[in-house]
Amino acid sequence: MANTTKKVIKNRVAFLEQKIPGYVSVLGITGILLLWELTCRLNIVPPLFLPAPTAIITDGWEMISSGELLKNLLASLYRILGGYAIGAVLGIMVGLLLGFSKLADAIFTPIVYSIYPIPKIALLPLIILWFGIGEMPKVAIIALGVFFPVLINTFSGVKSVDPSLIKAAVTFGSNHFNVIRKVILPGALPTIFAGLKLAAGTALLLLVSAEMIAAQYGIGAMVLHYGNLMITTKLMAGVLILSLLGLMFNRGLQWLERKLIPWK
Amino acid sequence: MKIVIENVEKRFTDSKKNEVLALEDINFTINEQEFVVLVGPSGCGKSTLLNIVGGLLSPSKGQVYFEGTEEDKEPTLGIVFQEIALFPWRSVFENVTFGLEERGASKAERAEKGKHYIDMVGLTGFENAYPKQLSGGMKQRAGIARALAVEPDLLLMDEPFSALDAQTRTIMQEELLTIWNRTKLSTLYVTHNIQEAVYLADRVIVLSRHPGHIKKIIPIDLPKIGRDQDQYRAQFEKYADEIWQLIRHDAEEALKEA
Ligand SMILES: Nc1ncnc2c1ncn2[C@@H]1O[C@H](COP(=O)(O)OP(=O)(O)OP(=O)(O)O)[C@@H](O)[C@H]1O
Ligand SMILES: [Mg+2]
Repeated sequence: MANTTKKVIKNRVAFLEQKIPGYVSVLGITGILLLWELTCRLNIVPPLFLPAPTAIITDGWEMISSGELLKNLLASLYRILGGYAIGAVLGIMVGLLLGFSKLADAIFTPIVYSIYPIPKIALLPLIILWFGIGEMPKVAIIALGVFFPVLINTFSGVKSVDPSLIKAAVTFGSNHFNVIRKVILPGALPTIFAGLKLAAGTALLLLVSAEMIAAQYGIGAMVLHYGNLMITTKLMAGVLILSLLGLMFNRGLQWLERKLIPWK
Repeated sequence: MKIVIENVEKRFTDSKKNEVLALEDINFTINEQEFVVLVGPSGCGKSTLLNIVGGLLSPSKGQVYFEGTEEDKEPTLGIVFQEIALFPWRSVFENVTFGLEERGASKAERAEKGKHYIDMVGLTGFENAYPKQLSGGMKQRAGIARALAVEPDLLLMDEPFSALDAQTRTIMQEELLTIWNRTKLSTLYVTHNIQEAVYLADRVIVLSRHPGHIKKIIPIDLPKIGRDQDQYRAQFEKYADEIWQLIRHDAEEALKEA
């Protein structure tokens, strides 16, 4: 035992659980913004192509005070919230039905899967033909775009509910309606939320596209308008609002998910 | 009131469209306040039989019925599942009182019975916990409380302790006996553990494979409580050995197939 040394065993997977402080992300964003501002100030990129963040904020503020932004935002919010709500509610209901009834599944699932892959924006002209111009076609196209991912996720959520839970419910006296309400719906909820989140992105995309094609007001119309006028600061202000809208949409859904699925 | 299992037969068609005879010629009764244990090697049809008795599977032939029930009252069943099958989105209390809720019991009744049975299985203080927050043994106890809370005419249990470690299992067996002595429910209990069968049963039904049929019904003539005491050791071992000899050959065959 002459030359023994002590070798402490170290955790070799410590890198997997590295703790990164929160300010690092803030630093990242600030860094990018600073770099951006600098590039513009030094005139490396002409302001028409890429306006400086400060210029965007100044012009954005102007749009807020003039009420222009609010008017457009409200028009967009109305469409996206309306379309999303209709599409989500119908998607969940039909998804539950298809998941629960073998007959409905046999009849409708092939139809659903043949319509699902159509890029919904391609249907806008047809929908305008049906509903005329106005709010209806925009709400309808968003509802349509939300309907399918929510439906398909709800359906697969229902199918993945543990059959022994259904057996348990029936054993303890549940009727069919209560099996859906107390077992299948909560059991499918996590998957339904995955669909709802997926659909939020689709909804935003369809909102902007529809507004660019056929709308007087709305963030999408506004962005297109300032693009045509080559006022990139105001265009970028609109893009910024869209990014905030998407972010808030996601946060809202996350909050709702935590509220509704506390057992996870 | 007793439960009669009469000429039950069950055929499955497997994925290759072959017919499998899972159960054949099953006849026995479960008397009032009797604890009947089904033992048998893997694949002999224990779960199939339990599901048929529980109304979760239809027999291909034969029937299961309650005899001596009151006219206008549907007999109630309580099942403790092998997979436990607690609702993950319901707290312990909400799980335990699920059956009462579905039978339209009042809030006061649910509160009272829920507390009673949660106390009985030793989960006091965990009423508001979600299943995820419980250990395996605690989950199974919640499952037992859920089945007891409906005060069933027949209690069915499918290998309720098979997922537990040996120590927890022994404790749970003792607790089950204590609870059973208080409630005296007619019970059909499935296990592949011979010691457990002898420890719990009034009668042991030994099933055999290919097709699943009753090999022997063995009444256990020991006092219900304290069968693990030294004075009964010899008799206990004799019963266990008898059952083991009956299923040994089958169990070996089952292993070869696997
Ligand atoms: N849905 C089914 N379709 C086809 N065959 C089945 C089905 N369910 C069970 N079987 C067959 O019936 C036989 C009995 O199955 P069962 O699950 O009742 O056995 P078990 O005694 O509970 O076994 P274990 O102790 O392993 O749980 C097996 O041969 C099994 O393959
Ligand atoms: Mg089984």
